Amino acid sequence: MRVESILDLIGNTPLVGVHQLSPNPDVRLFAKLEGTNPGGSVKDRIALAMVEAAEGEGRLQPGDTILEPSSGNTGIGLALVCRVKGYRLKVVLPENVSPERRQLLEIFGAEVLPSPAAEGSNGAIRVAQELDKEGDSVLLYQYGNPANPEAHYQGTGPEIWADCPEVDAFVAGLGTSGTLMGVGRYLKERNPAVQIVAVEPPAGELVQGLRSLDEGYIPPIFDPEMLDRRFIVRPKESVEWTRRLAEECGVFAGLSSGAVLAGAAKVASAMERGTIVALLPDGGWKYLSTGAWTEDVDVVVERARRLIYF
Amino acid sequence: MTPVEVRVPTILRPHVGGVASLTAEGATIGELFDGLVARYPNLRGQLITEEGELHRFVNVYRNDDDIRYLGRLETPVSESDVVSIIPAVAGG
Repeated sequence: MRVESILDLIGNTPLVGVHQLSPNPDVRLFAKLEGTNPGGSVKDRIALAMVEAAEGEGRLQPGDTILEPSSGNTGIGLALVCRVKGYRLKVVLPENVSPERRQLLEIFGAEVLPSPAAEGSNGAIRVAQELDKEGDSVLLYQYGNPANPEAHYQGTGPEIWADCPEVDAFVAGLGTSGTLMGVGRYLKERNPAVQIVAVEPPAGELVQGLRSLDEGYIPPIFDPEMLDRRFIVRPKESVEWTRRLAEECGVFAGLSSGAVLAGAAKVASAMERGTIVALLPDGGWKYLSTGAWTEDVDVVVERARRLIYF
Repeated sequence: MTPVEVRVPTILRPHVGGVASLTAEGATIGELFDGLVARYPNLRGQLITEEGELHRFVNVYRNDDDIRYLGRLETPVSESDVVSIIPAVAGG
């Protein structure tokens, strides 16, 4: 393979059999490894798509500054894209993310603006929206930007369909909901019987700074009708399945990938037979500092409880 | 009727005497919530809207499963189930 730019390597990620993790011998389980993107996560796709959409709309000029709230991966993807394309970048990053996320942002030259840990991702959004009022930067706003689900409708969805047209269920994490909305729409257009399943951590339990329910947040791009099921996966299950991926399949993936696999296993148990595709958002590299593979499970789980890892 | 464990998020604990978990009786999620609101009147409007729907910024799980994709408030519960109320916040 030979390409002109690192950005040409975004997408076209591999689909790998991890059938040994299926609790049902009649259900095959495939993992789409988004950690193989050049910035290390699925978010490279939407970073490039949102920047190109803004360029196409004339919202971005050479030398402009992009602003984005991100728990890490979208920020890292944008930092990579901005480095190559020559934009400046400010990322509003919650204080409680793994240090590797901050380091990667700095490697690619992004300015990191911290938001309070107690407010979780809600806080990063709030701070970014306040900064946006100053008007000297371009807010891409992954939670409400149609280029986010569109990147998955144009890329991730067709890739899955090409590699695995027999897919019966697609399982992914629910963060901005972009992956599930875009892939869900594409797959259901091809086969309306495909089940679209969301997995998420109990973030609302862990955000201590919430003062009332009305401070809650639902991403504008999220359409609940696109989903067929939605599971909560707790930190302990996420860590256990992240370890199983490495130990039983040789797949070194991040903590949210463990959560996605835990959800896929629940779907597999409830099915008679069939094929499941699970999207693994990133690799394990950014989580080495959590001790997820090496330390006592209970110690790691306590650490994970205080961390945003989706 | 059988008692079912209901886990309450930090934000609603002041309305239920500060506890993280309590038991309620009912055969469906809706019945559990009606019972809770009768016992703790400050919960009124926090879980269920005046139109009788789940509050927009509340997600309710029977064990690990979001009840919006089961039977909503009609979702049946039994003694071995744990119901978790979790505020909707931004992820990602």
